[in-house]
Amino acid sequence: MRRLWIGLTVVLFGLLLIVPVVRIIMGAFNEGWRGFSDGLSRPETLHALFVTSMIVVIVTVVNTVFGVMMSLYLVRATWLGKRIKQLLNSIVDLPFAVSPVIGGLMIVLLLGPETALGALFNSAGVDIVYAIPGMIIATLFVTFPLIVREVMPVLQEIGNAQEEAASTLGASAWTTFWRVTWPSIQWSVVYGVVLTVARSLGEFGAVLVVSGNILFKTQTATTLVYQDVENFNLTAANSIALVLAAGSVTLLLFMEWAKSRREVH
Amino acid sequence: MHIEVSGLYKKFGDFQAVTDVNFEIEKGQLIGLLGPSGGGKTSILRMLAGLESVDKGDIVFHGKRVNDLPPQERGIGFVFQNYALFKHMTVEGNIAFGLEVKKWSKAKIKDRVAELVELTGLSGFEKRYPHQLSGGQRQRVAFARALAPEPQLLLLDEPFAAIDAKIRHELRSWLRDMIDRLGITSIFVTHDQDEAIEVADQIMIINKGRLEQKGTPWEIYKNPQSPFVAEFIGESTIVEDASSLRGFGNASDWPGTKALIRPEYVEVGKPSDFKLLSATESGRVRHVHFRGSEWLVEVEVGSTRLVTYRSLEKEIVHPGDEVQVLIHRAYLFNNNDSWIMENKLKEDPMPVHI
Ligand SMILES: Nc1ncnc2c1ncn2[C@@H]1O[C@H](COP(=O)(O)OP(=O)(O)O)[C@@H](O)[C@H]1O
Ligand SMILES: [Mg+2]
Repeated sequence: MRRLWIGLTVVLFGLLLIVPVVRIIMGAFNEGWRGFSDGLSRPETLHALFVTSMIVVIVTVVNTVFGVMMSLYLVRATWLGKRIKQLLNSIVDLPFAVSPVIGGLMIVLLLGPETALGALFNSAGVDIVYAIPGMIIATLFVTFPLIVREVMPVLQEIGNAQEEAASTLGASAWTTFWRVTWPSIQWSVVYGVVLTVARSLGEFGAVLVVSGNILFKTQTATTLVYQDVENFNLTAANSIALVLAAGSVTLLLFMEWAKSRREVH
Repeated sequence: MHIEVSGLYKKFGDFQAVTDVNFEIEKGQLIGLLGPSGGGKTSILRMLAGLESVDKGDIVFHGKRVNDLPPQERGIGFVFQNYALFKHMTVEGNIAFGLEVKKWSKAKIKDRVAELVELTGLSGFEKRYPHQLSGGQRQRVAFARALAPEPQLLLLDEPFAAIDAKIRHELRSWLRDMIDRLGITSIFVTHDQDEAIEVADQIMIINKGRLEQKGTPWEIYKNPQSPFVAEFIGESTIVEDASSLRGFGNASDWPGTKALIRPEYVEVGKPSDFKLLSATESGRVRHVHFRGSEWLVEVEVGSTRLVTYRSLEKEIVHPGDEVQVLIHRAYLFNNNDSWIMENKLKEDPMPVHI
């Protein structure tokens, strides 16, 4: 009986994970190495990969800084009222509850060219929606909880006694953070960063809505795959998908390593 | 450091944790904050350290009001209840931390750390991490870390609570010696009266956020100023109607007066053991417990049960024995007042002069 269940599980995972990956690999190479490299070296592919990398880097940096700060405020700040903390805490979870497409739509409705805010930015020479800034905002929105939700429990668990001890010994808040708090949370932050990179690399819905998928302008790797599939350009689609999958596997391995470090410390 | 606290108040939400606390501490003294759990001892200590804000009142160090100074600038050392050692730093790292943030030179830090490692008997453990140490060792690291930057005032929150009874004794006298040697003003919190009595120069009894009494252990024991203190310090029995006790009949002048009786106020024996039999009344021994260095005897007098100690030298009494009981004195109290009264019948009404 147990064997049967284990067997079923293996088969299910095989169907869900292995088969698609094999399909992607086969699809990418169905015209040989040539097809694969052609698919990748198209100017639109290179541009899309560049846009994606840029978004990943900016989003990760911004979310790491603000995610850690948000966690510190939510856990430590005594000057924030309990109510405000509860409210902020729920807001952090909002992206988990809201579909990314809706998230993207909210940004369009708030900052689109026809809205007052959007017009304001436009007159200042900055386009938000159907441009890179909107896509960054959309990805920030989608990935914001990841670091906060990794770091907050650790901060709660270690408590503030060590930080108080540091302050009685004369350490400033800044020194205390770097020398006392950071070593305890660093592996959780790394773990959260990996999750953020993975999520922003693969984000599709929110970005699609906000970007308008404009070739050579706002097209990302994922939206390009989507377009290639629409255009029956399957070899190219599979090639890009394979690159993204390879990135995910690397991240996954890194994640496992970060997780093990986190448990040690 | 000379410390003066006046009119200190602290509220957590709706809960009044500290109420109108006033005291003064001379330089170099070791003070014990003693009281039941939840009484507000930690809160007072944390306000002194600047870890908790003050609602009302003044904290004055050396004639300077420090209410608005952050903990970094108060020149205090704090030993936390669970030590709060930096868990990713070695023993050395922990001790050096306060010196590094104060930008001491490398050479001076090295000397000071070595000095403290020596002083606290941690030689050989410098490279260990906190999780590789025993409770007693962690406590000493916490102590060394707090002392390293040469604070003017040392605050210790239940420093021995997490240590098993056997080592606790040792550490207590070690701490006492250490503080004597350094001459640093220190305040420690405890809920254990033996600890406070044994270690402190002065005890402050804290209950329900109020300072009940401050004085030397002996003063507090001998002359408790509130029923709470009388009951909290030492063992005792409360007798609801003080005038029912033989020799304390005139307590009925103050209706509603209760008596608190300590074991050493009570003496039991055979009728021939007493000079003035009229001051005693008869009772019956209920239980006898061996206490290592003496007997603890429970006697019943009328409907009251009293406790007393009996020397091992004296004749052994047994449960059920008829004995004479003499109450030398009692601590009397009612809603308005409290005082100590001697047994009125003990003085010979008709002294015979030879
Ligand atoms: N940060 C806090 N928030 C709310 N209540 C607190 C806080 N700190 C202490 N208290 C309350 O104040 C009272 C006194 O606490 P404390 O000073 O820790 O007492 P003690 O150290 O004498 O046991 C307790 O009832 C405790 O629950
Ligand atoms: Mg306490």
